[in-house]
Amino acid sequence: MSGWVALGQAAVALVAGGVVGLFFRGLDRKIAARMQARIGPPLRQPFLDLGKLLVKETVIPKTAVAWVFSAMPFVAVIASFTALLYLPLGPFGPILEGHGDAILVLYLLAVPALAMALGGFASGSPLGVVGAQRELVMLVSYEFPLAVVLVAVAWRLTTLGLAPAFSLGVMAQHPLWTMVGPLGIIGLTILLVSLLVVTPAELAKIPFDIPEAETEIAGGLFVEYSGTYLALFYLADAVRTVVMAGLVVALFFPYGIAQPLGLGGAAAAAVDLLFWLAKVLVVMVVAVTTVRVGMARLKVDQIARGFWWRITALALSGLLLLALDKVVTG
Amino acid sequence: MGLSAFKRALWVFHVATGSCNGCDIEIVAALTPRYDVERFGIRLVGTPRHADVLLVTGPVTRMMAERLRRIYEQTPDPKAVVVVGGCGSTSGVFYESYNVVGPVDRIIPVDVYVPGCPPRPEAIIDGVVKAVAKLEKLGAKV
Repeated sequence: MSGWVALGQAAVALVAGGVVGLFFRGLDRKIAARMQARIGPPLRQPFLDLGKLLVKETVIPKTAVAWVFSAMPFVAVIASFTALLYLPLGPFGPILEGHGDAILVLYLLAVPALAMALGGFASGSPLGVVGAQRELVMLVSYEFPLAVVLVAVAWRLTTLGLAPAFSLGVMAQHPLWTMVGPLGIIGLTILLVSLLVVTPAELAKIPFDIPEAETEIAGGLFVEYSGTYLALFYLADAVRTVVMAGLVVALFFPYGIAQPLGLGGAAAAAVDLLFWLAKVLVVMVVAVTTVRVGMARLKVDQIARGFWWRITALALSGLLLLALDKVVTG
Repeated sequence: MGLSAFKRALWVFHVATGSCNGCDIEIVAALTPRYDVERFGIRLVGTPRHADVLLVTGPVTRMMAERLRRIYEQTPDPKAVVVVGGCGSTSGVFYESYNVVGPVDRIIPVDVYVPGCPPRPEAIIDGVVKAVAKLEKLGAKV
């Protein structure tokens, strides 16, 4: 594939990713409102919010480390959008396939969190610093189970002789569900559950919204951000939601419906792309929207202990079951 | 994009300057499913830096005056101030009290007054919508 084609695809994917991310954020707010018996904002509300934030004045506080404070929103946006290019998008493989693997996606997902934390530290506000510290505590808590899930899937693919196993494209083309025994299916289910628990933490949504925690630390790491910079974080957050849900889909639900329906050509690609979007939406609603409506914010120590002991143990037991499955089935 | 952007996406910050919590509860009532201001794009935010409109309640006690001024200055432009309740509008029953330096318009410029003790949520929503008109007028001047 020539460089220009890849560039064109990347441009389309980035623009579409931003639009889909914001649209899904609108759906998320609408569905959450309906769950609370409210009417809720219109679906285009995130676009309106973004447009308004771009009109507002952008304040850089005198006490802030100005260059870090201004650079971090851009880092967050760039990393979120780059992660999109390494994600299998329904019928299409990752656009930058072969230039980076699942480990890179893990890092790209961690970069916006780190950028927000750095921005919080640089904001010169004690509330921003508290939020940033909480973000880091949460980052070191959920990264391990997240990595365990990814490594478990990749390792099982390797034992089945599929390479390169750490490529998300390969993972998406070979769903493990039908390739492992009953023990493996139990293991995969456990891994899926731990990944679904990690998802809202990764996105810092209720009950894991301690870094922002508007009612206790006044927006935490975003406390001093306004105008354009806040808009950039808003956009990064929307895109990261799609990336994280897309990662769950790529690892566990990469199936298409075009083949069973007997479609071919462009129609197949269109149907599969829509189906992929629907799957991403379902994952988002299950892992983010319902959870954030149904739960209250957890405490910092509850999150740290919960991830380090419970969710890590859960993910490791999933890994162990996959290993046992390998021993049993050979 | 002009300032009409504010019409459907207004973020509100709530400042309590020594209020009795009556007006504050009514502001929260406007967020509940019964009134649901989120359907108009109105959102309560946690920091003045994110805000377009300041909802100020209370007669402004001596200690809060400096904080109120700072919060006003921390809010990025363009912004509007809505005073909610009789205390904020006139200092109410605390008028010329030894510890009260208000009403609010002695400390910061005010755009909309919502009288009442406490005002109904409908009145607060109406006040916020009037503040949008002020923001749009600002836009016409620019």
